[in-house]
Amino acid sequence: MDFSRRAALMTSAAIAASVNAPEQALAQETPRRGGVMTVHFATEQRILNPSLQASTGVYIVGGKIQEPLVDLDANGQPTACLAESWESSPDGLAITFRLRQGVTWHDGKPFTSADVQFTAMEMWKKILNYGTAVQLFLEAVDTPDAHTAVFRYSRPMPLGLLLRALPDLGYVSPRHIYEGTDIRQNPANTAPIGTGPFKFVQYERGQFIIAERNPNYWRNNLPYLDRVVWRVINDRSAAAAQMEAGQILFSPFSALALSDLARLGRDPRFEVTTRGNEGNPRTNTLEFNFRNPLLADIRVRKALAHAINIPFFIENFLNTDYAKPGTGPIPTVSTDFYPSGPMPQYPYDKALAMRLLDEAGHRRGAGGVRFNLRLTPAPWGEDIALFSTFIQQSLQEVGVRVEIVRLDAAGFLRTVYNDWNFDLATGWHQYRNDPAVSTTVWYRTGSPRGAPWTNQFGFSDTVIDGIIDAAATELDHDKRKALYADFVRRGNGELLMWNPVEQLFLSAFNRRLRNYANMPRWGSSSWHDLWIAP
Amino acid sequence: MLALAGRRLAASIPSLLIILVGMFLLLQLAPGDTVDALMAQMGGGGDAQLMAELRAFYGLDLSVPARLLNYLWRLVQLDLGFSAIYGKPVATVILERLPATLFLMTASLSFAFFFGLLFGVIAARNVNRWPDSVISTLGLVFYATPSFWFGLMAIVLFSVHLQWLPAGGMESIGEGFTGIHRVLDIAAHFVLPTLTLGLIFLAIYLRIMRASMLEVLTLDFVRTARAKGLDETRVITRHVLRNAMLPMVTLIGLQAGTMLGGSVVVESVFSLPGLGRLAYEAVVQRDLNTLLGIVFISALLVIFVNFCVDLLYARLDPRIGKETGG
Repeated sequence: MDFSRRAALMTSAAIAASVNAPEQALAQETPRRGGVMTVHFATEQRILNPSLQASTGVYIVGGKIQEPLVDLDANGQPTACLAESWESSPDGLAITFRLRQGVTWHDGKPFTSADVQFTAMEMWKKILNYGTAVQLFLEAVDTPDAHTAVFRYSRPMPLGLLLRALPDLGYVSPRHIYEGTDIRQNPANTAPIGTGPFKFVQYERGQFIIAERNPNYWRNNLPYLDRVVWRVINDRSAAAAQMEAGQILFSPFSALALSDLARLGRDPRFEVTTRGNEGNPRTNTLEFNFRNPLLADIRVRKALAHAINIPFFIENFLNTDYAKPGTGPIPTVSTDFYPSGPMPQYPYDKALAMRLLDEAGHRRGAGGVRFNLRLTPAPWGEDIALFSTFIQQSLQEVGVRVEIVRLDAAGFLRTVYNDWNFDLATGWHQYRNDPAVSTTVWYRTGSPRGAPWTNQFGFSDTVIDGIIDAAATELDHDKRKALYADFVRRGNGELLMWNPVEQLFLSAFNRRLRNYANMPRWGSSSWHDLWIAP
Repeated sequence: MLALAGRRLAASIPSLLIILVGMFLLLQLAPGDTVDALMAQMGGGGDAQLMAELRAFYGLDLSVPARLLNYLWRLVQLDLGFSAIYGKPVATVILERLPATLFLMTASLSFAFFFGLLFGVIAARNVNRWPDSVISTLGLVFYATPSFWFGLMAIVLFSVHLQWLPAGGMESIGEGFTGIHRVLDIAAHFVLPTLTLGLIFLAIYLRIMRASMLEVLTLDFVRTARAKGLDETRVITRHVLRNAMLPMVTLIGLQAGTMLGGSVVVESVFSLPGLGRLAYEAVVQRDLNTLLGIVFISALLVIFVNFCVDLLYARLDPRIGKETGG
């Protein structure tokens, strides 16, 4: 514990130093052609096709080979990629995309609206996680010509929601490769064929993936790099050593140990930063099982929140450069939806916590214990393990004894979201650009049992359900934003779950890289303008 | 002798079955299945229909006894099944991982066996003098040091600072080496992992060898050999060593059996694509077919190696074969 704390403090100093370091005069340098980008690939995925699986582990590879209809620009706003322009019908039931012309797949076939139609109907709507929810009311994709795709919905689809979802959930796959095959078993799933700046070459399981420059890329004369090589390295310390040895130039998504990130951050050869990860914010959660009568009482839930000193936790265990106190399920980096005005909060107040517990009728018994709870932490992320211990010690002080039940990934999801066999759970809620994608499902009643990261908590709040449904089909952006403010107010007010910490992932870069971290989902992006200085 | 061997092989079939069924049932006790593990990788967003489709796709919609019987029936037909994480037949997946593991284990066991023998003999011949003290102390240090720490320190020294050897991986990626260059490249990648793993085995072998030598040196036939006027080198090599080797052979038999299990730690630290990491991954991802495949192949190897060790005993000590009536 003490070691981690010290490490975290060192991270703080290191990141502060990297912020103050003089920026390189990027504009004055001429991009150099050639070179090999080497990337730390921490967890191997079953497939590499981002039309079929939406996760950072797939984007880090597949995002260089395949491309989405819409991407994000440096300011996080939707920008053209395979679609050049778009418009919505006034009723929100038809959204038309004009597609880029002259784009070819890596096997030489032309990219057309038929590919978009096939991918949307057969992959996004049927197989892609989160895609199935976003495209639930997609009825058909019309293709009046080879470069126009019209998405037809049975309920109004806010254009803004679709555009914010598509950078992650809008990767296009080639129809001619997938049509008439078993999509889940298609060999292209692990040898993807796309339109992107890099062509897939080889995947040796457990070792590496190679992609090489696509000479026919539609952005003329790009990319600069000859190759991208992903090296599979499971051990975090070994990955840090390979970073130092120059065998990898980039380690994404906080895949290194916090202590190693601190060390690399102090080294002038590397930059450790949250830049380029603004599109993947997450909040740490405290999830309550309402089936436990103790936790169904809002006074108890509030007392637990008041008992935990979040600023102290962040300062001493994490680091104020990438973590800050959370204010609700919508993080501050979401400029489009972060609610203005104060929302109900539960600041640290130990006396209030104890008073609330007394009021709820839970007096201290033998050994000063009021009651016992089981806390199940998710196994990913050093911060979750630290937070679960911090919760345990904080609640001990107000007379609640917490037993920590540690499980691996499959066990955690099964135990919490399917078996409901927990009192408290803590993990991450990942926000994906728009609250309708992956946030409101934590609160909405009616998710089938077993669906992870959805409301499996045993509460059914008709007020919040109404707000969520209204916002999902509201076409006017300002009204949607207001509805989501209501959503946060209600969710926080009833303390249906608690989002006490807001964080961004850390990336480690070798400073020889140029044009890195220049947009909010850089790790997932195509790297067409990335180059390496000698 | 052959009849004995045949009986032994036949007797191993029930134990093989018990191992497989036990492993299958043990993994049922772990909460969550391979679809849960996949969901964890996806980061959610899978609806109920999707998850039900995936369970059917991975054959998880059947009852546990039905799946077990299916598995055993396929095994009888020599079909190890399909790997959930790799989307390929398990046999292919294991074959892909076999070279790295076999190479690493053979190299480090040979290294450990040879130097363990050498240092064990030196220590025993100089017992309680300074070479013995140095060797025994070093052996203890190697044995007590965790291998991941050894590995990481070796990387920091030889790869990061001195830049003599690569920090990880099995070969240079995308350099297109062929022939002798490729062999040398792979050899360079295996130096540090072999030493890391080998030093721990070395510590065990040298201690066993030293103890065994000391014991044999006190026996009557050694005195007889010396009395015959044989010089010390001949006494050691012809008489003492041969008898002192028996515990070493037992040990190498035991350890070679675990060879296919590989070393999760060393494979992870050096990013080698071996079976140890595969087994670990299979457990985390609840990929039952792959895990059972590895267990099956490992069990076969244990049986085979024990068989070889039996034969070797008979060769080192001719009394063994006769006494057991072979």
